[in-house]
Amino acid sequence: MNLLIIQHRRCTTSARYPARLFALLSQFLWILPGTVSLAATPDTMTVAAASAAIPRLADGHPDFAGIWTNKSVTPLQRPAELGEKAFFTAEDAEAFRQASLARRDRDNRTNDVNDVLNAYNDFWWDSGTEILPNMRTSIIVDPVNGRMPALTKTREAELAAAQAATAERCRQSGCAINNGGVMAPAYAPEVLDLMTRCISFGTTVPMLATAYNNNYQFVQSAGTLAINTEMVHQVRRIPTDNSAHLPSQIRQWYGDPRGHWEGDTLVVESTNFIGRFYGNMQAADENLRVIERFTLSSPDILLYQFTVEDPTVWQQPWSGEIPLTRTDGLLYEYACHEGNRGIQNILRAARQEMKAAAP
Amino acid sequence: MQRSVLCSVFGSAFGSLLLLPALVQAQSAAASTPDLNGIWQAMNTANWELEAHAAEAGPIASLGALLAVPAGVGYVVEGNIPYLPAALEKRQANRLQRWTADPEIKCYMPGVPRANYLPYPFQIVQGSDTILMSYEFADAVRTVHMQDPGPAPANSWMGWNVGHWEGNSLVVEITDQNNQTWLDRSGNFHSDKLHVTERYTPMGSDMLLYEATLTDPEVFAAAWTIRMPLYRRKEANAQLIEFKCIPFAESVLYDAIGR
Repeated sequence: MNLLIIQHRRCTTSARYPARLFALLSQFLWILPGTVSLAATPDTMTVAAASAAIPRLADGHPDFAGIWTNKSVTPLQRPAELGEKAFFTAEDAEAFRQASLARRDRDNRTNDVNDVLNAYNDFWWDSGTEILPNMRTSIIVDPVNGRMPALTKTREAELAAAQAATAERCRQSGCAINNGGVMAPAYAPEVLDLMTRCISFGTTVPMLATAYNNNYQFVQSAGTLAINTEMVHQVRRIPTDNSAHLPSQIRQWYGDPRGHWEGDTLVVESTNFIGRFYGNMQAADENLRVIERFTLSSPDILLYQFTVEDPTVWQQPWSGEIPLTRTDGLLYEYACHEGNRGIQNILRAARQEMKAAAP
Repeated sequence: MQRSVLCSVFGSAFGSLLLLPALVQAQSAAASTPDLNGIWQAMNTANWELEAHAAEAGPIASLGALLAVPAGVGYVVEGNIPYLPAALEKRQANRLQRWTADPEIKCYMPGVPRANYLPYPFQIVQGSDTILMSYEFADAVRTVHMQDPGPAPANSWMGWNVGHWEGNSLVVEITDQNNQTWLDRSGNFHSDKLHVTERYTPMGSDMLLYEATLTDPEVFAAAWTIRMPLYRRKEANAQLIEFKCIPFAESVLYDAIGR
């Protein structure tokens, strides 16, 4: 059985690259005797079995079709007290998991306006209850401390200046506590954050989990991978033909993704970002470049690896990985903008406050 | 074809004859299901008005010919939409306020069938058990389930889409849409009882015949059908580019609030 499947795969692979026929032919001849005596070479058998078992498209490339989730209690950044400890033991993992769940579900009422922002417990969250199956202590794997690298001096100064300007503006009326928990202008849509405007929940590039709706439907055909992100129904349409990026004057909220295959791994490069983000990527600017790698490590685990580069923002690139797991059930439409009453109330309150304060 | 020749060479060269029937079978199965993958777009004025209509001035006098309404010969097989009397009155009322009330103005997801004849392309990604229809306008998307997903849990803007193949046609039944979308810029509308049956039939490699039959007991006296071709976008670099229109609609949606 293995022998046949391996031959099928070689066949389709080599046919797509006729110029490499002879190179593959020699590989093929080398593998053939190996597969005949599988029992004697357990490593070969494991690799062959794993790569043969994954679903494939007619063109021979892996088929990522399905609904995947990235939710977990594994933090993006490793808690500082864990230092360079990259992996949990089973005991550590359970303790960390319990502590995370307890913190998330605690009664955090403060009997002031913050109760509006913090009025969420585990009834509302759907951000995962398990450690990722790789047992890592953080999603970030590089730098070795598992944390985002330092900002460049210039970016640090820019963000500090923006923060100071916000604080200065909010000495006057027209501000409200934003989703980050700080006072920020709230009198016009364009000064509000992207989540409040239903433009982005920061879940898309790279694919990092948030409070809920952490579901991604992959639909694939020859030359295209579509990733339907449940959160605010964002579809990434990724050409897998190594085509060129859009001209640099075309900027997109979610960047311009371009993919190519490296063996059974789909590598996707995204550039051309507008440069405004929500959530974990908030510090990034228009020079952001994200490289993502998708590899089916088994039929039910899609290894997702990413590297983030933005030379005007971070002093060095940083990388992370999330083994995506298959999830039962379907994706449902999240019509965020169409039902956005929240933004109307935020604007109304801020504008009324400004009107009342006007001389 | 190149692949099958090379595969045959490989197969016979290494004596794995057992492989060949499986390969041939896979290819013929693939051949019997039309390949709808690609970027498609209507090239007509149905989004202005589904029924036959003459050209007329646009909503902003200072823009002159820009944004004026182009004429159309009509895309309704029966000629006119068979409205119930009360619904026809509502259509006329909608038409009078079309420059303010059309949900397209608000960047709302357009619903089905309107999504398919908006003046923006959409992409069909035909997967193994799911067909995704991804629209440039408002990032609208619908998942066509090719296996029964069970009943819809709630109404939605793009509906509950269940598909199957009938010969050469993809047939999609769409139910459980809400009553917030319109059928065009002229105020044609439906209720949340709308049932749409779509047929996508390839007419050569670069054209689909698109037919959508609408029934809605609260709005229409009989079933009626929209029919038009959809064309493949053939530019070498054809692709969907973001048209995230929320920022474009915020002013009209929110300027008056609280002021």
